[in-house]
Amino acid sequence: MPVSFSQLDNSYDVVVIGSGLGGLTTANRLAYCGHKVLILEHHHRLGGLSTWFKRRGHIFDISLHGFPYGMVKTCKKYWNKEIMQSIVQLPHIVFDNPQFSLRTTFDKIDFTKLLKTHFRISGEVIDKFFATVAKMNFYDDQTMTTRELFERFFPGRSDVHRLLMEPITYANGSTLDDPAITYGIVFSNFMNKGVFTFEGGTDKLIGMMTDELEKNGVTICARAKVDKVITEQGRVRGVSVHGKTITAKAVVSNSGITNTIQNLTDRDLYSDEFYEKAEKIRVNTSSCQVYLGIRQGEKIDDVGDLLFTSKSPEFDSEELLDMKTKSKTFSIYYPKTRPGSDQYTVVASMNSRYDDWAHLDEETYQMEKQSLIARSITDLEKYLPGVSTKIDWSEAATPRTFNSYTLHTRGTSFGTKFEGLDISRSISKEVAGLFHVGSVGIIMSGWLGAINYGVIVANDVDVFLKS
Amino acid sequence: MTSDEIKDLILEIIEDIDDEADFASLDADQPLRDQLDLDSMDFLDIVMELRKRHKLQIPEEDYPQLASLNSCATYLEPLLKDA
Ligand SMILES: Cc1cc2nc3c(=O)[nH]c(=O)nc-3n(C[C@H](O)[C@H](O)[C@H](O)COP(=O)(O)OP(=O)(O)OC[C@H]3O[C@@H](n4cnc5c(N)ncnc54)[C@H](O)[C@@H]3O)c2cc1C
Repeated sequence: MPVSFSQLDNSYDVVVIGSGLGGLTTANRLAYCGHKVLILEHHHRLGGLSTWFKRRGHIFDISLHGFPYGMVKTCKKYWNKEIMQSIVQLPHIVFDNPQFSLRTTFDKIDFTKLLKTHFRISGEVIDKFFATVAKMNFYDDQTMTTRELFERFFPGRSDVHRLLMEPITYANGSTLDDPAITYGIVFSNFMNKGVFTFEGGTDKLIGMMTDELEKNGVTICARAKVDKVITEQGRVRGVSVHGKTITAKAVVSNSGITNTIQNLTDRDLYSDEFYEKAEKIRVNTSSCQVYLGIRQGEKIDDVGDLLFTSKSPEFDSEELLDMKTKSKTFSIYYPKTRPGSDQYTVVASMNSRYDDWAHLDEETYQMEKQSLIARSITDLEKYLPGVSTKIDWSEAATPRTFNSYTLHTRGTSFGTKFEGLDISRSISKEVAGLFHVGSVGIIMSGWLGAINYGVIVANDVDVFLKS
Repeated sequence: MTSDEIKDLILEIIEDIDDEADFASLDADQPLRDQLDLDSMDFLDIVMELRKRHKLQIPEEDYPQLASLNSCATYLEPLLKDA
């Protein structure tokens, strides 16, 4: 169990600020390398965006919609076999929009078949497209955009663009105007074997990770918001939390990169060049979600695990972000999500802009949330007729909600655009002993990206501590 | 460590990373990456493990020297001569 604030020592080798999957993984790896590690988390619960909440017997998962197969190897190597063994496939992915309706396992074999039979694309073009995206690396040329990539292989085929792009926009907030490599890397990860989930739910995963961290000697303290990283002559000395100073040789911030630079540290630590670049970092968009609980004893049909639905005529990144967007994904959680339970829940997710929600007065805010819930239920009725009479809990989250729980700049759901990666990687060159881990650069986001990035950063910190 | 001991060490580390790795037909002169399906994260694990076990600091620009089993041995032999 996380320890209380008064039980903390005055000094650690490393303090990790934040317990998102990136922070947890860095902490676990550094403990494995023999360091004395403390995690400080502002929220009462660990996991960051990888989280859940309970209402009236329902458990709602926030970011358990699907991740690539790569999580199997990653969890086995950097966590443990038990965690790895709980990873299972989500076999039924559904698309339904005015351009096409289909069901897929969302992997290369099935997509090749669909592109051939349903979209009439030649096998040669499909193979070339897959070969091109599979070869993409983050140090490759970034000038080509995803739009250009699609136009090169599937000119004028807005239906194909939609099939390829819509899920990735939901997965990481990227658009057709982001670098093609950010698309290619994430898309290829999914195409490897399809979409996977964690059997037992987010609560089980974070519980297992917490046990592993404690076994490895990591100290964890929740409800501990770090106010400042303390430095001395340009080097990290520790952190200030609840008015107390905890010293450390290295500090790893899992707070957003923009937060880390603008709120947790002083401007004069950074060179002008670095700071100016950091100021230009664009954060990704945020999200809205609607959580629907099905009354105990009621059942719903199996209509698929993940439904990408839209009433918009074509794929359009702006439309996806609109407050009243006609596009949403439904994640349907059957009892198999938590074996032994008989609960059904549905989570509708939409991409969203912070600015649309941030400035509403309280009354309008509540009203908009209610109409968001109503629109989601109406849309869900198409797939589950009569479902509205079975719902006994409904609730909405908005960019404001994400901001207040994670403190992320503008409630960003998926970290930053590509330029954030370079700043995150190079912050330790500006301030000795200060590192950043967490969703940046689109590719280092999502559960898999955040965990793998946690390992990469742990390696940097280990090098620093041992040199 | 002798050159052969170093090769055993590398294989042992790889086996920890992937217990299904098949060394039977491994060609010591060819890249490990292609033969054993290792990715860049796996190479990072090897570097971290060498640091943990033998306090070896391998700078990033030297990572390419770890490409094949033989190149690992050549690169690491002087560094591990007293290990
Ligand atoms: C709605 C939604 C759906 C998603 N769906 C999926 C999905 O299906 N699959 C997938 O792979 N990914 C999904 N993601 C993305 C994924 O959840 C994130 O990319 C990943 O969990 C982020 O991990 P992180 O390490 O960047 O840290 P975060 O999860 O962002 O956590 C950062 C932590 O730092 C803490 N913190 C910040 N400042 C301080 C401070 N000053 N002091 C102490 N603590 C602090 C915060 O409280 C938080 O706990 C989704 C995200 C959202 C929002």
